[in-house]
Amino acid sequence: MTSNQFWMIWPDNPMASALILFVIAMPFLYAARKLVHELFRSLGHMIGGPLRLGARWLFATARDMKERNRQVLLAHGREEVGQTIEREFERIGAMVTRDLEGYPALQRKLLEEITRVEEDYKKCGEVPPPPPEWVEAVTAIAKVKSDGNEMVQRILEEIKRSVGTIHDKALGEYRRAYESRHKILNGFMPFWRSLDKTFGQVDKKLTGLQDTSSKIDAQMEKYEQINKKTDKSEHALTVSAFTQFAIATLVLAIAVGGALVNFKLIALPFSEMVGAGDYLTATLRMSDVAALVIIFLEATMGLFVMETLRITHLFPVIANMSERNRRRMLWTAIVFLFVFAGIEAALALMRDMLAADRQALVQSLASAQQVAPPDPLLRLIPTSAQMLLGFFLPFALAFVAIPLESFVYSLRTVGGAFVVMLVRVAGFILRVLGNLVRQLCRVLVTLYDVTIVLPLLIERLVKATRGDEDARESRPMKKAA
Amino acid sequence: MLKRLLLASLLGLSVSTCTDQRSHTQAVYMLIDTSGTYAQEVGKAQKIINYLLGTLQSGDSLAVARVKTRSFSEKDIIAKVTFDNRPSQANAQKRAFRDKIDAFVKTVGGSAYTDITGGLIQGGMFLNETGAGRKTILIFSDMQEELDKVTIRDFPISLKDIRVVALNVVKLKTDNIDPRRYMGRLEAWQKRVEGAGASEWIIINDIERLDSVLGKS
Repeated sequence: MTSNQFWMIWPDNPMASALILFVIAMPFLYAARKLVHELFRSLGHMIGGPLRLGARWLFATARDMKERNRQVLLAHGREEVGQTIEREFERIGAMVTRDLEGYPALQRKLLEEITRVEEDYKKCGEVPPPPPEWVEAVTAIAKVKSDGNEMVQRILEEIKRSVGTIHDKALGEYRRAYESRHKILNGFMPFWRSLDKTFGQVDKKLTGLQDTSSKIDAQMEKYEQINKKTDKSEHALTVSAFTQFAIATLVLAIAVGGALVNFKLIALPFSEMVGAGDYLTATLRMSDVAALVIIFLEATMGLFVMETLRITHLFPVIANMSERNRRRMLWTAIVFLFVFAGIEAALALMRDMLAADRQALVQSLASAQQVAPPDPLLRLIPTSAQMLLGFFLPFALAFVAIPLESFVYSLRTVGGAFVVMLVRVAGFILRVLGNLVRQLCRVLVTLYDVTIVLPLLIERLVKATRGDEDARESRPMKKAA
Repeated sequence: MLKRLLLASLLGLSVSTCTDQRSHTQAVYMLIDTSGTYAQEVGKAQKIINYLLGTLQSGDSLAVARVKTRSFSEKDIIAKVTFDNRPSQANAQKRAFRDKIDAFVKTVGGSAYTDITGGLIQGGMFLNETGAGRKTILIFSDMQEELDKVTIRDFPISLKDIRVVALNVVKLKTDNIDPRRYMGRLEAWQKRVEGAGASEWIIINDIERLDSVLGKS
């Protein structure tokens, strides 16, 4: 008998042996039924309880974190909108100051123009004096009947001639008067145009003010919503943060591409300065690290320029600096940027020279014949392009500060939301596991009962028989009663 | 002031501890067989040296030595160089090295005997002196060692952590008659080299494959 068969009551028949052992064990299993049930239940509580507790704690933590994120988001949104409103007010203040400064002059000009127009109008109203009273006398004489009297006719002809002369004179005077009034009216035109232009300017300025005011109204509305902590404002701020995050990530990725180009430009010449044989790690050369440090320094200087210009607000210390110190820092950073740009341009030239030297060496090693040097113009173009890139890339990198700020601020919201989601998922998994363990223990209890189904059936039969006997015994007693 | 100095020294210490102290350079010692008719193959050896000059970087070392009647001597080293850390200087050194090899190729003459073992001992010593991280001996030979009566080479040698590459192992007339001689010769060399503690034994007859071997760490 091998060691594996020691348990076999019926040698070489494991099935029968197992069955006999099971039958022997069954009474004991039945006897231990309550204890085993208790054990399974305890196990279920022992494992499932902490899991459920953990899940509850995680959900509570997720709630707290969400609330904290909400507070941070609203505070940041409030600050941002506040700054926008402040800027709009500054703009409107500047506009009002600028326009009101010129307003007295404008008013004076308008009054002068109106006065002149009024005077001219009055002049236009002056009509030539009415015909003299002798016209009536002439009319009376004209009614005198001549009756062929020569004397009378001569007098009348004389009067007619005199009247004709006077009429021509009066007509001439009238024409001259109207001509001068027409001239005055004609002189009105520039004044009207000037008035129209002045009113147009006033209208434009007032419209600009109105636009800015409506912008402020919209921002104020947003500010009020944030102050009221409404879901709408929270949602809007979250969406805005996610959009900012996506845009900032994209722009930063582009900037990383630029930095890589920059790195390629200066890594080789740096090996000429710090040596190509020193390694920081198994694959990272010291010259590469030095080139990276220079690029990071350029980005940092750019960041300082943006901070001192108050375009970004990553360092409150710089924002709170006195105006004099801020200007000093700005100029220092700009000077550093120029120095770095100059160095990079020189390094780019050096890189080109080194690459050309290496190329010439490789060519001479590969072939015995001397290869003719390339066209100088063809070499000049990439060299100049490299130098220009080397000079301008540090300045381009300076603008990284703007997307970086957006990235940092939006990362708080996006990262916070992501962590909350992770905590919730962990809580959900723990809850599912807890429930699974509890259900598994219940299944085990049932399975245990299935294995000892025979003793349980016997127990039920015994209980049923006893129940019948008890019933029979109690019936005669009732009858007797 | 003291505080600043302390901070600076701490920073320096952290940088120096961060620096990888292992050697990342490689050293190559090339043995060129100039005995008998194999001296005619020296043109191929020149191409391999040119390839090595194009491949090796700043800080790497290269030495080329000839295998003749007795090769355990510094005098047999035709040219040796450790390339400067500055790439421009390294390029100048490579040009000078190439000129030396060109001059050697023009004046090379055959020797009566072939002392490969002596060359290997000399190469092992040179490579260990360089302190390079990767050490390789290239043997440009038919691997047929022939020693005169007074030269003693039948003793254990040490080539610990050195990779040995046999290049252009041409078949001799006798190998063509009985190829087992060729196989047996190579097996004997493999046994000897691996017994000497070499990290690897490689045979390359196609020079194009040299790139994959030298590029391998």
